Amino acid sequence: MHELSIAISIIELAQEEAERRGDVRVSAIHLKLGMLSGVAKEALLSSYDLACEGTALEGSELIIEELPIVVYCPKCELPKPASSIEWFSCPECGTPTPEILQGKELELAAMEILE
Amino acid sequence: MSTPRLVEVRQNVLKANDVLARALRERFREAGVVVVSMVSSPGSGKTAFLEKTLTMLQPRFRVAALVGDLATENDAARLRRSEARVEQIITGTVCHLDALMVEKALEGWDVGALDFLFIENVGNLVCPASYDLGEDLRLVLMSVTEGEDKPLKYPTIFNGADIAVITKMDLAEAVEFDWATANANIQAVRPGMQVMSVSAKKGDGMKEWVQYLGALRSGVDVSCGGLAAR
Repeated sequence: MHELSIAISIIELAQEEAERRGDVRVSAIHLKLGMLSGVAKEALLSSYDLACEGTALEGSELIIEELPIVVYCPKCELPKPASSIEWFSCPECGTPTPEILQGKELELAAMEILE
Repeated sequence: MSTPRLVEVRQNVLKANDVLARALRERFREAGVVVVSMVSSPGSGKTAFLEKTLTMLQPRFRVAALVGDLATENDAARLRRSEARVEQIITGTVCHLDALMVEKALEGWDVGALDFLFIENVGNLVCPASYDLGEDLRLVLMSVTEGEDKPLKYPTIFNGADIAVITKMDLAEAVEFDWATANANIQAVRPGMQVMSVSAKKGDGMKEWVQYLGALRSGVDVSCGGLAAR
């Protein structure tokens, strides 16, 4: 369970970005979370509120967009959703592929700010 | 109250760790040291495997290790029997190593005086996946006693590794370990991954592993794209 460390990193990064924009108040954070990021959505949401307490982000909302795993199929020569997290292959032709195009994201995509 | 305005940020949340890990990787590369990290569940035999590895490399190479645990210096004490330089990283309540812990543990070290540095992560198949440590090669270990479906249960950590090592092969028969199924499961979550099978206790497979490391050191491409992909 390292979601609390991740939540703290999100808050630190958001504070940095808020300061850079002239100490604006942040009302919400938009996070992109890949299915292969190793971070659990529910645990992160509950850790976030806890980690926000006593910071400038207290009361802000964390909005998580989960991103599915997308692999590159060398046979179809196209990006394809992975068959499953337990099976890195093309869902159509079944070709195994280690090439991941999406799914590792842990990205602070945007913030809602009040000026 | 005014309505909130949406501003784009697009920053990796672990940016600070990634920046530090990149700097470490650069430092290791300049120093000419090969850095290998190890992840596994608790009790899979990381320390026994590492102790044997250090002992076998010692006559030909200058080796050292960092070893992470929540508490105790036990693993470091065990590994020092190999006469290699070993530093324990005690993480307290933290369930993984990060690049800052590695950097701090290496304070005052001349990494250029080393051929190999091993980093044994905290026994955990979940959290270490998110943190780059600046290593060249990430090893995931699983023991025959854990069950063949371990890779399917923890796909993220297996997918993020460069090579898999199956440990405690001397117990394979007793626990009716099915190597082909385990290998198929590893290949499902990480197609093309190289798999090695060892018994640190009996020594089986250790020679091949040490040869693999030797080849890595001389810059020979021994992995199935693992290193190149990093």
